[in-house]
Amino acid sequence: MISANLSAIFYLISGVLFILALRGLSSPETSRQGNFFGIIGMVIAITVTFLSIGNFSSGFAYVLIFLLIGGVIGAFIAYKIPMTAMPELVAGFHSLVGLAAVFVAISAFLNPEAFNLGSLGNIKLGSLIEMSIGAVVGAITFSGSIIAFLKLQGIMSGSPITFKGQHLLNALMLISIVIITYLLCSTQSSNLFWILLAISFLIGFLLIIPIGGADMPVVISMLNSYSGWAAAGIGFTLENTALIITGALVGSSGAILSYIMCKGMNRSFFNVILGGFGATEKSLTSGSKELKPVKSGNAEDAAFLMKNASSVIIVPGYGMAVAQAQHALREMVDTLKKNDIKVTYAIHPVAGRMPGHMNVLLAEANVPYDEVFELEEINNDFANADVAFVIGANDVTNPSAKTDPQSPIYGMPILDVEKCKSVLFVKRSLSPGYAGIDNDLFYKENTLMLFADAKKMTEDITKNLN
Amino acid sequence: MEIDPFIFRLSIFILSIFIGYYVVWSVTPSLHTPLMSVTNAISSVIIVGAIIAGLAGNAENTFNTSSIFGFLAISLAAINIFGGFLVTQRMLAMYKKKKKDK
Repeated sequence: MISANLSAIFYLISGVLFILALRGLSSPETSRQGNFFGIIGMVIAITVTFLSIGNFSSGFAYVLIFLLIGGVIGAFIAYKIPMTAMPELVAGFHSLVGLAAVFVAISAFLNPEAFNLGSLGNIKLGSLIEMSIGAVVGAITFSGSIIAFLKLQGIMSGSPITFKGQHLLNALMLISIVIITYLLCSTQSSNLFWILLAISFLIGFLLIIPIGGADMPVVISMLNSYSGWAAAGIGFTLENTALIITGALVGSSGAILSYIMCKGMNRSFFNVILGGFGATEKSLTSGSKELKPVKSGNAEDAAFLMKNASSVIIVPGYGMAVAQAQHALREMVDTLKKNDIKVTYAIHPVAGRMPGHMNVLLAEANVPYDEVFELEEINNDFANADVAFVIGANDVTNPSAKTDPQSPIYGMPILDVEKCKSVLFVKRSLSPGYAGIDNDLFYKENTLMLFADAKKMTEDITKNLN
Repeated sequence: MEIDPFIFRLSIFILSIFIGYYVVWSVTPSLHTPLMSVTNAISSVIIVGAIIAGLAGNAENTFNTSSIFGFLAISLAAINIFGGFLVTQRMLAMYKKKKKDK
């Protein structure tokens, strides 16, 4: 048994180690060390908790058993998961943090003595408020992440689900959460606690169903942030510094990522979470575009164009992840490099289904990270490049974001692919992208459409290059 | 008059938000996915609360409603801790620099 003061100091140390874990991610070289700091911080926090309780009775064995069960499942998932499924995995993990927060809150509500919070039916007011916040946010994180997971996994349709009075219903539910929390604090009724949890689960569900598949980068970041605030709420209840620091870090991290993602789409956060984007526009555009002429080519044409280029910029998007084409792409690039062609990669902030999704896939395919550039770093290079090879991306290259104020994506920063001498577009069909808008780039003089599965097409191009 | 300990915790919280703000802005965009998985892992330090809850049952009665929720939370958080750190490590191991000898 160690004193409360000593354990508080250890919790502080693990909080600092968590800060260093995030700090390490400022560059790939320091990132592995950062992750190591994070692990040490976690080991310290868990060990100190055991020592400060000092109760090594029968319960202790069960703690280890449950820890082990979770650990084995977690390790198994971590080694088995394909990199393309990373968005689903992260959404799944968020839901677990949320649920764990809810369970800890329930536990503390039912047995406040164990946490030094007063007694059942007579919990300290401050603790009860903190606990409710942790539980509410945790429950929203849980059910919201489940929906995000189902949408990403394709079990649930990625298109927005909207109905009349949706926003009013959500608003009423949010207000009822505030009222019930107030009543809970004045009556300490456990029934109200359960109702509060039920409404929170429901609202998490309702908040995410109207948000479409391509807005998932924002949703995942937002849920990331929520899971942090939930942890912080519980941290206040438990008076635990490590948990408060971590909650604040994770909360602000998710918030910043949401902001970056929204900016990448030139949309306000509220516009995204109110949802419904991409549902209505689709019907508007499906009429006339079939008439415009499109130049389409095959792998041979593409290989010819690239072979005669001196620099090629690759623009990957979600379609590359779906087709699992990252390895085939890297092989194509290797062949190009053998022919002394300069190849770089351009990544739009919202390419893929989560922040940094494309970077991880390219890293998996052994693409060195110093060949991969962000939008601002590379956008000026398109004008000097010979070929832009767009694989699985669409809206992020659409010039109407600059030229057409009527366009739903007007103002969104785009990759200036159209400035390239020629553009190769690997796509399965002419169908519009997620935003439901036609891409003028398809009909440009210097664009060659390659209608095929992204993986198959890149493999064929490689064959033709050799 | 004494300062409520809550104020100290609030101070830690607010300052940590600021630290988080500056630290996360300095994270390179190419590592945003590992950032999410590692924040997942560290936010599972909530396991601290789960352990307290799990051990709160008394000697003759290890399992009561409260401790069962605690035990379940331990497993959930452990999935995240192991899964989160390991998958982050797996991802970070893939980020390599260009080889000079080509």
